[in-house]
Amino acid sequence: MNQRPSAQPLDRSRTHSAAHFSALFEPRGVVVAGASTHPGKFGFVSLHNILSCGYSGRVFATNRDGSEVLGIQCLESVAELPEGEVDLMFVCTPKATVPDLLRQAASRGVRAAFLTTAGYGESGPAGLQDERDLVALAEELDILLVGPNGQGVVSTPASLCAQIVAPYPPSGSIGVASQSGNFVSSFLNWSCATGVGISRAVSAGNAAATTVGDLLDYFSTDDATAVALAYLEGIEDGRAVAGSFERVAAQMPLVVLKGGATSGGANAAASHTGALATDDRAFDGMCAQTGATRAATVSEAFEAAATFATQPLPTGNRVVVMTTAGGWGVVTADAITRHRDLELLALPEDLREAIDDHLPPRWSRNNPVDLAGGETRDTIPDVLQLIAQHPEVDAIIHLGLGIQANQARMLRTGGFYGDEGHDPHGIQRIVAYHERQDARFAVAAAEISAATGKPILTATELAVAFPENPGPAAVREAGRLCYASADQAVTALGHLVRRARYLRRRTGA
Amino acid sequence: MSSTLSESDSKDLLARHGIPFAPEEMVTTPEDAVAAANRLGLPVVAKLCGNNISHKTERGLVRLGLNSEADVRTATGELLDAARPDDGVSGVLIAPMISGTRELIAGIATDPQFGPTVLLGVGGVLAEAVQDVSVRLVPLSDLDAREMIEDLDSQALLGEFRGEPAVDVEALTAVLTGLSAAAEAGHEGHAIASADLNPVIIHRGEPVAVDALVELGPLPEQGEQDEVQP
Repeated sequence: MNQRPSAQPLDRSRTHSAAHFSALFEPRGVVVAGASTHPGKFGFVSLHNILSCGYSGRVFATNRDGSEVLGIQCLESVAELPEGEVDLMFVCTPKATVPDLLRQAASRGVRAAFLTTAGYGESGPAGLQDERDLVALAEELDILLVGPNGQGVVSTPASLCAQIVAPYPPSGSIGVASQSGNFVSSFLNWSCATGVGISRAVSAGNAAATTVGDLLDYFSTDDATAVALAYLEGIEDGRAVAGSFERVAAQMPLVVLKGGATSGGANAAASHTGALATDDRAFDGMCAQTGATRAATVSEAFEAAATFATQPLPTGNRVVVMTTAGGWGVVTADAITRHRDLELLALPEDLREAIDDHLPPRWSRNNPVDLAGGETRDTIPDVLQLIAQHPEVDAIIHLGLGIQANQARMLRTGGFYGDEGHDPHGIQRIVAYHERQDARFAVAAAEISAATGKPILTATELAVAFPENPGPAAVREAGRLCYASADQAVTALGHLVRRARYLRRRTGA
Repeated sequence: MSSTLSESDSKDLLARHGIPFAPEEMVTTPEDAVAAANRLGLPVVAKLCGNNISHKTERGLVRLGLNSEADVRTATGELLDAARPDDGVSGVLIAPMISGTRELIAGIATDPQFGPTVLLGVGGVLAEAVQDVSVRLVPLSDLDAREMIEDLDSQALLGEFRGEPAVDVEALTAVLTGLSAAAEAGHEGHAIASADLNPVIIHRGEPVAVDALVELGPLPEQGEQDEVQP
């Protein structure tokens, strides 16, 4: 295989130990090198984000004139830092200053450095040589180097938001490693939108010393991370990536989005096989062999990771759709039927009879289980429970949540609601009932899923149309993802089923 | 420099890793071709065989469905006449006509990032139009190979089809793991840069490769010398 200088293995045990990663993700103190008084500069924004997101360790900053920024009295040099109090240096200074900064930081006990600094490998051959020198220096100084040309690092267990962009996500168990800073932001924005949280997030920048694979390897040993989510492009050493994927996916779900998926064949010269074996297909095959989950789009990648993080793995692929209204169920059943890894379960006779006891005869009596408006106060939780506990059912898609609460919203805001103690049209009691019921159905779905160990995915466009609807809001409060469409839920469930099958076949789990 | 092996040498190499081929005989005269055809049973196929021939079909160097001694004699004579000096011709291969309505392609390719891979596709000679393909990195486990087969979109083609039995998945798995083993072993110090089994005909449910082309990579020592020489 082709050897590139940057692909040669570093002495990982020296600069990529657990202690080094802990300096990056759980630093006792942080210094922003190159803090700026200008709110448009990286050196201002990164310090602002560190100070404003609740980081509890000591925060230092440096700049040339020792001015005050955001209430922090800046040091003129990193060399003035107190010995042993700062683990992480966040660098916002120009390239020429970096070698001295690293030496001074190392002398004060800093073990990790994140570099936003540009002008390295991304800028041409001269920059690439500087980048190699930088890596060698960090190795010599025993510093874990991340970047350069990166966007930052987020670590919710430490309330650390050391990055030059928004947002800071809710805390959770998804670890993000990305070759593109923009995708870190995208995934974090999805986290904010859905409430499914993040443990660590790193933009690897040029990945000079610390690659996406290195970060994934760390996630696989990290107690705070249960699911790894990665964006990759321009793979140089495919076998190294495959090795990392295999190690990580053996420990936790690994969801991968890859850019640059459409280039040509491997070697089209003499062989038809070469023309057909495109690098995208090789990557696909590598994911299948290592147990990684490959997603086609940003939202699919996030939702797959969020689903792994919040739902139990199914033991099989037989799915039941439960809906309060017909059309949704039919279309969702079609999507399941079309999905090559999922099976729309033919409703077992004993389950049909059990549901008969809870509904008037007009219900669908098949899968999708369409309640057809025949439900009373407790029907939805009761029928969900019956379906979930049936041994032939492996997973449920739950549709129709929030409809009544959406009408309640209109009743509340339509001008006839009255106000506290004054209910001229008798609206308030029914509004409260519907809102309570939809919240209760969401909680029931999460509880039944947890009790039976089977995934129950709730989907409604109300999750995005009216996120405050008590139905979707209660799904989020239960820590789960409320899918914006049934198709998205089916796609996410397909990823769970594939991984479960991979593990079952390889390990018998 | 990479180089290709003749069809006959390609088949010998891959057969050592368990790839199933149809029986065949190499001949150098039309008369020997007729005798071979009679031993193998008509109808037969005649193909020009040489070290440097890679696109036989495109050059008209494959004659299918030869039903009589006269056809065999004529086709063999024409193929020998069509040989170019740089083809490195060793003779004409006579093989029985393997029938089957389903054709696959299988092979080895070297990916610039991932190194050697094994490929399986639907369509045989039509594979590049069909684009129903699955790839895995060498080495392949039996399970990897079975999942490659599952990955193909055209699953209906692998079941019972037009009166023919379902494809023998065990046998097809062995083709894929055999290719993986061949890629790992290489050939006399050379890596296998690529290999085509095209087509693999499904004959009464069994995969039979009726053509093979192996392309060897450079010897590693030569590769290093190339880099230091100006």
